[in-house]
Amino acid sequence: MKEYSLTHLQELEAESIHIIREVAAEFENPVMLYSIGKDSSVMVRLAEKAFAPGKVPFPLMHIDSKWKFREMIEFRDAYAKKYGWNLIVESNMEAFNAGVGPFTHGSKVHTDLMKTKALLDALNKYKFDAAFGGARRDEEKSRAKERIFSFRDQFNQWDPKNQRPELWDIYNSRVHKGESIRVFPLSNWTELDVWQYIRLEKIPIVPLYFAKERPCVEIDGNLIMADDDRLPKELVPKIHPRMVRFRTLGCWPLTGAVESNATTIEEIVEEMMTTTKSERTTRVIDFDQEASMEQKKREGYF
Amino acid sequence: MKDNTQGVPLPIGEGLGERPAGVDIKAFLDADEQKSLLRLLTAGSVDDGKSTLIGRLLFDSKKLYEDQLTALERDSRRVGNAGAGQIDYALLLDGLKAEREEGITIDVAYRYFSTNQRKFIIADTPGHEQYTRNMITGGSTANLAIILVDARTGVITQTRRHTFLVSLLGINHIVLAVNKMDLVAFSEEVFTKIRDEYLALTSQLGIEDVTCFPLSALEGDNVVDRSERTPWYEGPSLLDFLETVPIHRDRNMQDFRYPVQYVLRPNLDFRGFSGKIASGIIRRGDEVVALPSMKRSRIKSIVTYEGELEEAFCPQCVTLTLEDEIDISRGEMIVRPDNVPHIGRSFETMLVWMDEEPMDRGKQFFLKHNTNTTRATIDSLQYRVDVNTMERLEGRDFRLNEIGCVRITTAKTLFFDAYTKNKATGAFILIDPITNNTSAVGMIVRPLEMEDINQADVPTLDLPYLGIGKEHYEAIDRAVKELSQQGLEIKVIK
Repeated sequence: MKEYSLTHLQELEAESIHIIREVAAEFENPVMLYSIGKDSSVMVRLAEKAFAPGKVPFPLMHIDSKWKFREMIEFRDAYAKKYGWNLIVESNMEAFNAGVGPFTHGSKVHTDLMKTKALLDALNKYKFDAAFGGARRDEEKSRAKERIFSFRDQFNQWDPKNQRPELWDIYNSRVHKGESIRVFPLSNWTELDVWQYIRLEKIPIVPLYFAKERPCVEIDGNLIMADDDRLPKELVPKIHPRMVRFRTLGCWPLTGAVESNATTIEEIVEEMMTTTKSERTTRVIDFDQEASMEQKKREGYF
Repeated sequence: MKDNTQGVPLPIGEGLGERPAGVDIKAFLDADEQKSLLRLLTAGSVDDGKSTLIGRLLFDSKKLYEDQLTALERDSRRVGNAGAGQIDYALLLDGLKAEREEGITIDVAYRYFSTNQRKFIIADTPGHEQYTRNMITGGSTANLAIILVDARTGVITQTRRHTFLVSLLGINHIVLAVNKMDLVAFSEEVFTKIRDEYLALTSQLGIEDVTCFPLSALEGDNVVDRSERTPWYEGPSLLDFLETVPIHRDRNMQDFRYPVQYVLRPNLDFRGFSGKIASGIIRRGDEVVALPSMKRSRIKSIVTYEGELEEAFCPQCVTLTLEDEIDISRGEMIVRPDNVPHIGRSFETMLVWMDEEPMDRGKQFFLKHNTNTTRATIDSLQYRVDVNTMERLEGRDFRLNEIGCVRITTAKTLFFDAYTKNKATGAFILIDPITNNTSAVGMIVRPLEMEDINQADVPTLDLPYLGIGKEHYEAIDRAVKELSQQGLEIKVIK
């Protein structure tokens, strides 16, 4: 007799597509937040799958902190064009024009203004009632407890002690005016699942994930790639070419590279399988205050 | 100085172990992508060493990253409860700051790890009485439950409660982990006594697949590798068992149920019904019937992003097109003509109360069942269950964490099965219309009346007949959708 069973990636895919369709069916004005990273790339492909052969019925939104790697922005625009996405790009121009940046203001102020505030302003501006995010529960401990449909009050705050029970695949999408739901279709994916899926589905990703010789400078133990001329002058003489790749992507001064020779997707997956460091060690933003991610989530950041 | 109890975030990693020498990388990855997925629930109290057991599974199967280990060692010194020089595995699992301070896990936390055989998702839930809600939440998707008991105390009230909840959720496989065997000198007699007592309990509840393990999570006996200290035990290690227990037959592949989730109309030539197959199998050309219209047709195509399929089965997400043009909306269901679910508005159900606010029988709730949302009232209380003794108590309004049997009537017709027969079509949630909180969750026991579905009179709005222009369709769709969420169905003809 034929065995009817799915592989773990097929099960995860089905779970995510069901979640994405549920949001499209139950919310008036959803949006998919797009960080241009590998997780976003998978989430976007799952959305394309969910509505094929039709078009995805909601826009993509990128919160541009103005400090993203240039290759990310090129990739974003090319991808949205090729796959016909309605792409919204929003930034906190007020803070940007005032000169806010990680080198001058530190990672906390930069993240608060250019990421969290920019995101909250954009959500309010378009009055989105649901926002997809590509966060995974294996990334970080406070995320491990968050629901797939994560309720936010009118101030976009998450209350970890007062979450709605979430059972089976029945999601409670009811909100009052001004309240919203953050939706995490990749909740049950791990970093390795994401890479295996990218390989299996041949999903395009930003070339920064592949190892290449890049101009780097060491700042506080992190290998930072000098992506544009905003690197402080005193650091410029310290730039050296290094064979590196990125495990996560964000603002270039806040994202550490890892030394690697992995130039193919297979080599990346194999590197993932044997690595001894978790991916968030390359994110400077996690370490800048105690309980930092939980705090950020309470304030409305993903 | 601030006390950094959170420390560096500690996600659970999943290094996989190295590729065997001589194996091609592509072949290795191809094989690795074929793993199955096992979702498991762990239940037990802090004292049973539950967090230690999970920590040990992750630790011994080398699924921790260096930075996690360093932080774990640092946190163990700072706030650990394991004693000097010992690693407190529990710290790996207790996520939120507030919980660290209270020393308990307060909610469901999900953990991930994989071996060469399987990917595992662990729903870790606390065992305290007031947290029945969390165990129910964590267990709703589980294939298997691990119930921990302390070898020194054996089966206690809490064990009975957990086992009852597991049986209520219809989890197919139970593992009884008799932990702390090191504290009873790895005595076979102690283990056998506990096992026999437990098997008596599970057979009373009608649970068939129960496997018992003598363990010491703290010292690692029989967790990943078989222990030399239990020579009398002939079974596999816990991890070996978890890697091989067959689960693919647990799904209902007999009764095809397809709740329509989303209607896909990219152009005038394509009308597809998107959804997740709740149970069963469907093939191209199969005869189907749409509920509640009872209109029949055949499957014209099974569409996915990758192309068309010859057949599809649960829990795949697909889009179905039909040979005939039938109007089907979200919330309706496609099934086979010779195998239909119960069709009705009234049923008897087990209910678990999840809200701080006690049940108010005068209230109208929103009931969400599959892709259907309707208004519902609780008509009568049959009985409550004492979760500790499983005795039936007199019915009164339920409070948080109480479980019982009630009768419910809905405004809209639902298409459902008994939960024991089909979880996907037998489960629902009740939503408080004022707070929007999920107040209760239910597992349907049986229908109370069979409604003549042809008599379901749905008001119809014929837009071309009424002379309403296409520019108003979007606004009308919005209004109809809103009314539908309020439980009032209107059929729109365009």
